[in-house]
Amino acid sequence: MFANFDFDVIRRSLSYLFLDGMTFTLTLTGLATVGALVFGTLLALMRLSGSKPLVWFAGIYVDLMRSLPLVLVIFWFYFLVPYIGQWLTGSSRPMRVGAFTSSLVTFIIFEAAYFSEIMRAGIQSISKGQPAAAQALGLTYSQTMRYVVLPQAFRNMLPVLLTQTIVLFQDTSLVYVLSIPDFLGAASKVAQRDGRLVEMYLFAAVVYFAISCIASFGVRRLQARIAFVH
Amino acid sequence: MIEISHVDKWYGTGFQALKDCTTSVAKGEVVVVCGPSGSGKSTLIKCVNALEPFQSGEIVLDGIKVNDPKTDLPKLRARVGMVFQHFELFPHLKIIENLCLAQEKVLGRSHEDAMAKGAKLLDRVGLKDHARKFPAELSGGQQQRVAIARALAMDPIAMLFDEPTSALDPEMISEVLDVMVDLAREGMTMMVVTHEMGFASKVANRVIFMDQGEIVEDAPKTDFFGSPRSDRAQKFLSKILSH
Amino acid sequence: MNYHWNWRIFWEPAPNGTGTYLDMLLSGLLLTIETAICAWIIALICGSIVGVLRTLPSKTASRIGFLYVEFFRNMPLLVQLFLWFFVLPEVLPNAWGLWLKQMPNAPFFTATIGLGLFMSARVAEQLRSGIGSLPRGQKLAATALGLTTAQTYRYVLLPMAFRIVLPPLTSEFLSTVKNTSVAITIGLIELTAQARAMQEFSFQVFEAFTAATVLYLLVNIVVAVAMRFVERGVAIPGYITGK
Repeated sequence: MFANFDFDVIRRSLSYLFLDGMTFTLTLTGLATVGALVFGTLLALMRLSGSKPLVWFAGIYVDLMRSLPLVLVIFWFYFLVPYIGQWLTGSSRPMRVGAFTSSLVTFIIFEAAYFSEIMRAGIQSISKGQPAAAQALGLTYSQTMRYVVLPQAFRNMLPVLLTQTIVLFQDTSLVYVLSIPDFLGAASKVAQRDGRLVEMYLFAAVVYFAISCIASFGVRRLQARIAFVH
Repeated sequence: MIEISHVDKWYGTGFQALKDCTTSVAKGEVVVVCGPSGSGKSTLIKCVNALEPFQSGEIVLDGIKVNDPKTDLPKLRARVGMVFQHFELFPHLKIIENLCLAQEKVLGRSHEDAMAKGAKLLDRVGLKDHARKFPAELSGGQQQRVAIARALAMDPIAMLFDEPTSALDPEMISEVLDVMVDLAREGMTMMVVTHEMGFASKVANRVIFMDQGEIVEDAPKTDFFGSPRSDRAQKFLSKILSH
Repeated sequence: MNYHWNWRIFWEPAPNGTGTYLDMLLSGLLLTIETAICAWIIALICGSIVGVLRTLPSKTASRIGFLYVEFFRNMPLLVQLFLWFFVLPEVLPNAWGLWLKQMPNAPFFTATIGLGLFMSARVAEQLRSGIGSLPRGQKLAATALGLTTAQTYRYVLLPMAFRIVLPPLTSEFLSTVKNTSVAITIGLIELTAQARAMQEFSFQVFEAFTAATVLYLLVNIVVAVAMRFVERGVAIPGYITGK
């Protein structure tokens, strides 16, 4: 049944697919994860801060982002980021923003909502006695968070955070809607140029599947190890 | 050293946890606070270093008003050691790191000084071989001794104990009490919430009995054990001492 | 900002001749909801079967369930839709492939099935953890009463498990609604696609996306409120969601 397929097209385009496409995908995944984790943790701290305006802001932000499809948010920021850039730099016309920067901003802003919910659960999972003990030793609020609460929250939530990173990795494929050459975009370009949709999409599926499988296997191992230690 | 006067505390609008509590702990004095569960004794001791806010009255610690918005609470808390019912060691830090964290971040000691001090105190509570372990690898009694060492590492002017032995298995209680007795005999100012009447009769100067948020009895040890004045204290004592 | 706002654009006729821009967006919303509901039915049926498989004592059954979930969870939804839409018709025998390609409404059917199967893996995982969270004694008690495995699931485990997973299933349904927009890539003209089309016809980018955003928010609110009533309706007094 695969008789009239040409799987050599994959070999011919390997360097484009991986050196360009996969590099884009992995860099975007890595930087977006770090950015979303930092911003998400800030949102979680706001939400638990007890200050009404901060609680409100963080709550509305998180609920809004979680109500919207990522595709719509990608479109939003594709058009919005140039204007934000103009506003930030004070220039007279919308800033020209590259595909990578635009995607990175979008993913950080969008995924921060999901990471913040994970960090919030992590912070709430720590018994109240821990911050009390830290404060009794004279640590300030920010020291208590930095040295006592957040490291524990992060460790407890590490498997969930990594799973969310795998989701983020898969989600980056949606930049396809902006014709950006991430891994899937690159595969799709070759597919359309050479008329080899079946071969390229099957190959893309196998690659995504292999990477996600290995990563989630790693997360399960980690989870088992954590469960063993406790 | 610790002056508590007319402290009232409500949770929300309804339940009053503390009613007009007034007492004091002088320098070098050991005061034991006892009473049935829910009597407000833990709440009272947590008010002393402002871990619990209270609505009226005042608490003065070594001349500094605790419930003054201008008070630098972290700085004040750093000078009073506190030991918790559930130890509250930081599980992600090794034992020695538990002892060093606040010394370095709050007192600004160098890492070497903090380590030296920490090692000395671990030795004192008989746990110097466990410095590199994580809290979860120690027994409850050992963890509580570490918690005492952690508080002592800050060179506190007074120590607060909030039911330090009530989460421990019976065979581990004495190892913790021994450390506390030594501390009391060295002249440490201590306020101790506990049901351990043996400890109270051994080292306490005064005993406070609380019930339903009120200080019902505040008497020198001999008076308290000899003939408690209130019915409630008598009933409580007979229940505790009957076995 | 040199952007010209024009909120009246929604009442202007769209160039595709189907009415105003607002009509265009609403028809997109309708298709989003239709696709999501059809996909959800597939997700619930397949997800329930696989979720139960995952909890059966049989090693083979839980292995099959595991592979199913891993298969659909480890590929981006977009790639899965491409597999169904572009790859499947080519690898099937010629006649079938041709039939698939000529099918009217192919984007809708592909999106429904592709999204339904993708979400079924997540439903299965929710149900598995719901069943897993029931006390082990429930299953033992049912077995001790002489119920078969099928009866145990039908009358004891599933009624409780579905109640437990109702809140997470609500958010999975909302994910289904949101994920419908991924089908824009295989030509499904749902809400996001209509907003994009409006932006291309009218150049009123932000009005178009604001309208889509508001419509998605409305769907979320309506579903959340409706599910709260359902949750209250099926709650069992004194157990889990019943209070």
